[in-house]
Amino acid sequence: MLGKTAGGLYWMSRYLERSENASRLVEAGQRIALTRSAHEDEWLSILQTAACDEGYIQKYGEVTRELAVDWMLRDPDNPSSVMSVVSQARQNARMVRTAITREVWEAVNQAWMTLKGALARRVPERDLPAVLALVRQRAAFVRGAMHGTMLRNDAYDFARIGTFIERADSTARILDVKYYVLLPSALAVGSNLDNVQWESILRSVSAEGAYRMTYGQDVRPREIAHFLIFDTRMPRSLAFCAGKLVDNLAYLEKDYGETHRSHGLAGELCGCTAGSNVDQVVETGLHEFIQDFLGRAFRLGAQIESDYRFHE
Amino acid sequence: MNNPSGYDEMWGTAQTQSMGDMAQSQAFTRPPYQNLDTWIQGEDPARLKKKQREAEEIFRLTGITFNVYGRAEADERLIPFDIIPRIISGREWSKLSRGIEQRVRAINAFLHDIYHRQEIIRAGRLPIEMVAQNAAFLPQMIGVTPPGGVYTHIVGVDLVRTGDDDFYVLEDNARTPSGVSYMLENRETMLQMFPELFSQNRVQPVSTYPKNLHRSLCASAPAGADSNPVVAVLTPGIYNSAYYEHAFLADKMGVELVEGHDLRVVDGRVCMRTTRGYKAIDVLYRRVDDDFLDPLNFRPDSTLGIPGIFDVFRSGGITIANAPGTGVADDKAIYSYMPDIVEFYTGEKAILQNVPTWRCGEPDALAYVLDNLADIVVKEVHGSGGYGMLIGPTASKKEIAAFRDKLLAKPENYIAQPTLSLSTVPILTKAGLAPRHVDLRPYVLVSPEGVTITPGGLTRVALKKGSLVVNSSQGGGTKDTWVLEE
Repeated sequence: MLGKTAGGLYWMSRYLERSENASRLVEAGQRIALTRSAHEDEWLSILQTAACDEGYIQKYGEVTRELAVDWMLRDPDNPSSVMSVVSQARQNARMVRTAITREVWEAVNQAWMTLKGALARRVPERDLPAVLALVRQRAAFVRGAMHGTMLRNDAYDFARIGTFIERADSTARILDVKYYVLLPSALAVGSNLDNVQWESILRSVSAEGAYRMTYGQDVRPREIAHFLIFDTRMPRSLAFCAGKLVDNLAYLEKDYGETHRSHGLAGELCGCTAGSNVDQVVETGLHEFIQDFLGRAFRLGAQIESDYRFHE
Repeated sequence: MNNPSGYDEMWGTAQTQSMGDMAQSQAFTRPPYQNLDTWIQGEDPARLKKKQREAEEIFRLTGITFNVYGRAEADERLIPFDIIPRIISGREWSKLSRGIEQRVRAINAFLHDIYHRQEIIRAGRLPIEMVAQNAAFLPQMIGVTPPGGVYTHIVGVDLVRTGDDDFYVLEDNARTPSGVSYMLENRETMLQMFPELFSQNRVQPVSTYPKNLHRSLCASAPAGADSNPVVAVLTPGIYNSAYYEHAFLADKMGVELVEGHDLRVVDGRVCMRTTRGYKAIDVLYRRVDDDFLDPLNFRPDSTLGIPGIFDVFRSGGITIANAPGTGVADDKAIYSYMPDIVEFYTGEKAILQNVPTWRCGEPDALAYVLDNLADIVVKEVHGSGGYGMLIGPTASKKEIAAFRDKLLAKPENYIAQPTLSLSTVPILTKAGLAPRHVDLRPYVLVSPEGVTITPGGLTRVALKKGSLVVNSSQGGGTKDTWVLEE
């Protein structure tokens, strides 16, 4: 397979995953806005989580709900807006058209066509839930087409690696921006504000139901942190993503008969979510742990790009 | 519904059309179309119109779009598709295909000669200026014989029809002819929408094209390649207007689709960068123009090409399909010599007719053309896509006067032809079936093993009433083209 093709598959999946994550973040923000008295700075934290706050501030300065939602969903100046990343995903899919099935291509193309229509104009608040659901549904269609029609070969592995690098990064960012509400602080424990924040974290990874199923009704910061970092059953946790990265890189290793530096880095990334538990992490510094994880995930991504010759 | 101005492939000539006096209904339908006619009569017109819209949806979803140069992704356009097929009988096709094969063999022999001994010039059958002053002549190709001796592996021969037995070659495309993906997708779409039509009519399949293309390219591999040569398709990239087709062909052949920056010359071979290192390519089906192929040998500012690929080619290390320099065989001035060229290299009269052509560089011809500008068509020798031409009968006095000045300034840059009364085939319009002018581009594959012609080709149709311009860039559409079993 061409190095460029591997890169195209990797980025196609990353961008689709990113569109889905952006939709979840907007939904979590909207939920807080509706259930709490004005928390405009919640939107700032959401922009930070999506790593698109700087561009926003440059363009608009002041953070308002309406502008933040528009920036996250459809602004062409925001390279991470849903419309930008879906267009990028489609460009990459066109580039790797020979490596994906007709079903996958059509699912990506249809996602682009549908969202281009739905996001042609600023989304009125009353339509927001439906549009956000549409974004996730379209990404799910692509995932379904990939799962159901693609050979389990290197093309599939690179697409999966892109998905899990992006997802690990996204979950880690959510934790990075919100880590302070997960710390056992004497002042705020159990306050209403914290409860909202905790629920928002779960919502931004679509895990309210899964959390309840695992831990019952009480939302507690220690359990949330454990769930999002260490629980290997939770498909958006750091441990789950790191595990999948190790698996998919191992398939490539077996398929190609070649071991690269990225294999070692993935093992180490996985190790840091397996070697300790939530109490240790909170004690030694949750923030530092997340920062360390983000750095490792970034270096792993870069190493994969170079090991498999995505670029010249 | 009649087409008094000429020949309709479904309803025949003006005479046969007027034989029946049942207004609107066709008293006469040419035999290849009779099954189709019966089917159309039995169809609900509303259902047909719905199918027409459905076809468009299918094309959009599949992504069969072409990009408009220099624009953003919002400008991906669909080429309009008309659901009424164009039908050619098996007998008509066998004659055409014999003529096409003869012509394509002559073109390859001509290219070999032009880049070697130039016998045709020595024999006085072709003036030396036709080659020496031809912008498409590549001096770098002098003395170079491509692997297997084939210069142009993929050829499109554009044909028009004016009567039951009258076919003319309008032009040859010996560089990088495009449109074959439309031929294939048009058929796929028709099969999906109207399976019953294919049970009622015995239509020769076109779906073998990608397999034949792959086989033909493999057979043209350099002598050193193993029995399973590595083939790749070279595209200028996703912004190119024909990108869809490049990806489509690579996909259907099961080969890599590469861009210049995926390739480099390593140890005297052209190699592609894979996830496991550099891998040598034996045959490159390039959809990049000569000029851009190799910045070291041709245009130095090209970012689409591969530095040094031409040197590898010259030393026999790779097959480039089509070979560089084939354009010298298909410009409009050389076209006018094609009957001589065919005869010179095959020893036979050309089976397919040329449209009579005046070379404006010749004083007598120029005088005639200037006197008759209002009745004829004048084209630029190197023009394409229907641009830069004058269609006398439909042009205004002002346009003719302006063109006269251009012609006088550089007469050798132009050729002129009589206005042909192109045949029509009905299309589905809001008001029912209506005749529109068409042409036909069959696709021809050439390898050392022989010539393969896919039955049919791409029918382009001028959607505007009375228009003779079928180019997709100027409001043309396409149709599925059927060749019936004999």
